[in-house]
Amino acid sequence: MSVGAPKIDVTVAEVVEVNSLIKRFRFVRADGGAMPPFSGGAHVVVEMEENGTRRLNPYSLMSDPSDTSGYSISVRRDDLGRGGSLYLHKQVKAGMRMQISHPVNLFPIDARAKKHLLLAGGIGITPFMSMMGQLQKMGQKFELHYSARSPQLGAYCETLAATYGDRVHLYYDEAGQAVDLDRLLQGQPLGTHLYICGPKGMIGWAKSRAEAAGWPRNTVHSEEFLAPPVGNPFDVELAASGVTVTVGAAQSILEAMEAAGVDAPYLCRGGACGQCETAVIRCDGHIHHHDHWLTPEDKASNRKIMPCVSRFEGKSLVLDR
Amino acid sequence: MGLEFNTETFRNDFTFKNSPRAIRRFPFPFDRDDYMYSVNMEPHVPGRPGSVFEHMFDVDEHYVAEMRDRAQVLADDPLRCQSLPHMELAGWDLLELIMESKARDYPQWFELHKNGNRWHWINRPMEIEQKFTFLDPTTLPCGPMEYITRQAQGDFTLQDQRDDNLWIEAGMVTTQADWSLDFDIGMSFHEWHAPVPKAHQMGVFDRALKFLLKLQHGAPVRRFNWTMTVDPLLDTSPENYPKWGPTKTTLTPENIGNRQHLRVELQTLHRLPRSNAIAFPIRCYLIKFEELVTIPKWARRLHRVIRDIDPELSTYKGFIRNRELMVQYLSQFDDGAPTSPGWWPDE
Repeated sequence: MSVGAPKIDVTVAEVVEVNSLIKRFRFVRADGGAMPPFSGGAHVVVEMEENGTRRLNPYSLMSDPSDTSGYSISVRRDDLGRGGSLYLHKQVKAGMRMQISHPVNLFPIDARAKKHLLLAGGIGITPFMSMMGQLQKMGQKFELHYSARSPQLGAYCETLAATYGDRVHLYYDEAGQAVDLDRLLQGQPLGTHLYICGPKGMIGWAKSRAEAAGWPRNTVHSEEFLAPPVGNPFDVELAASGVTVTVGAAQSILEAMEAAGVDAPYLCRGGACGQCETAVIRCDGHIHHHDHWLTPEDKASNRKIMPCVSRFEGKSLVLDR
Repeated sequence: MGLEFNTETFRNDFTFKNSPRAIRRFPFPFDRDDYMYSVNMEPHVPGRPGSVFEHMFDVDEHYVAEMRDRAQVLADDPLRCQSLPHMELAGWDLLELIMESKARDYPQWFELHKNGNRWHWINRPMEIEQKFTFLDPTTLPCGPMEYITRQAQGDFTLQDQRDDNLWIEAGMVTTQADWSLDFDIGMSFHEWHAPVPKAHQMGVFDRALKFLLKLQHGAPVRRFNWTMTVDPLLDTSPENYPKWGPTKTTLTPENIGNRQHLRVELQTLHRLPRSNAIAFPIRCYLIKFEELVTIPKWARRLHRVIRDIDPELSTYKGFIRNRELMVQYLSQFDDGAPTSPGWWPDE
């Protein structure tokens, strides 16, 4: 939600180049106080202001959840994206003041699980780093299977292996290594929960393999934040507010609403949480939904839209906002 | 602040009463002259000084007596406090939230000193001093949730969040309006709300669940609930129904002012940081009709609310039998004058 949601004023304490694609940022409270503790798998929304454009992007927290001295995130540079990751990579330096949200968890641990099986691809490793910190302290059983392109691009491979030993399994695409998922799924004790974070294709594949292997749906968890896609500009009429906004090529509907002073609800800003769901009053054209919140039926009906990631092509779109 | 704690009972001789100060700060729940269910939630931010909203957790003149009553209820029935094994971390979250809030808001009564995970807690009104290791249950005399809720007014439940639902899986429940933790534990949000009439059809629970699943850490919310209780009995549990249910048949026009109480729950909801669970403190406030009618606005308004309430609600809340008696009594204090908006007493 936007109304009343608390923000934390932070100072960038450290920027570390992890490899050619990834930088790590550490935030501490600007007032010197302690950060709230959080739960493994949580993310924060980082606010960025560049040349009058305001972006709020979600990033998983990767630091130990019980470490209240600061939060760390890792950001993969996306040269073709809307500019949020480029801004962080190029403009954000140690000592800068920024604002972040309180932690929100859309990818929580199921504390009842007998064992936690963690499946990471690429930068999808980050939520698992905080999860493992928590699981370790709670004395819970876990196992990580982490695929990366190469040892150079596999962020934190060595650190993880050194910290968690044989509970960490690494696979490098360039070396032709791949996790034997079917076998892995078959060998798990009853009560195991599976957690997947990585590229869209990997999440879909792993979920379908788990389903095929008979895993109950509520034991399979995944998280994927979508960056709002870029596209052609379009207009949206906001009926309740009585304004029409133009959504720029690299802007989301939500951002265009906010720029026009319309206070719209949000939480994850990545098509995952459902908080910004808005009713469509009229749609003469095609909505590119992009989100993974609405059901296929909802999407087909064109009566609901997720302004954080959806785009539109056509004559007119009127929303109840 | 020279608040003294009352020596009073919530059973047998029922010596409970509110001081004039406690009456003025009573959380009267009706902001208009009629009542229907709604998702009446608002941010739980610090409110008017002196009011029950001033602090995160209100500590009032009944604190010590209420804690004594809780200890007695637990001695008679230990199942009033339960926590499923996976809820222990949420119990620590709750302990931290309560200790930090009370030490911050009432430094004259509570102190919390931290050296890493080695904590030192002082509760002066209850004469408790405890050194323990945070997150190590072997260093407390009982589990973290039980430990802290034996020192905090009101009931508490802890809800785990998973599968897009909330599950009531731990709690300390000794001051409840006729519901049972032992019966409800493990239920989902819609299951434990199933007995409430009308609200389901109104979609109240669907909307409330959707709202709560997105509840954010650092942004607690609150709402009121209310019912009627004969005699100032905190423990109106289904387990003990035979002990208090029949008292409804003993009200008369002569004793109703003294024995009939409006029972108000200030309910707050907090996202817990480490466990991602939701804490649900349910703080019960009691006021006898005789005390309530000393505030003219409340007397007029309560008369109108009870007179006009939907019979299904008065049945569910368990006072349909005495509704006419209440209306008769309260009508003496209603001259038909308009009431000011909001729930605060007129200056």
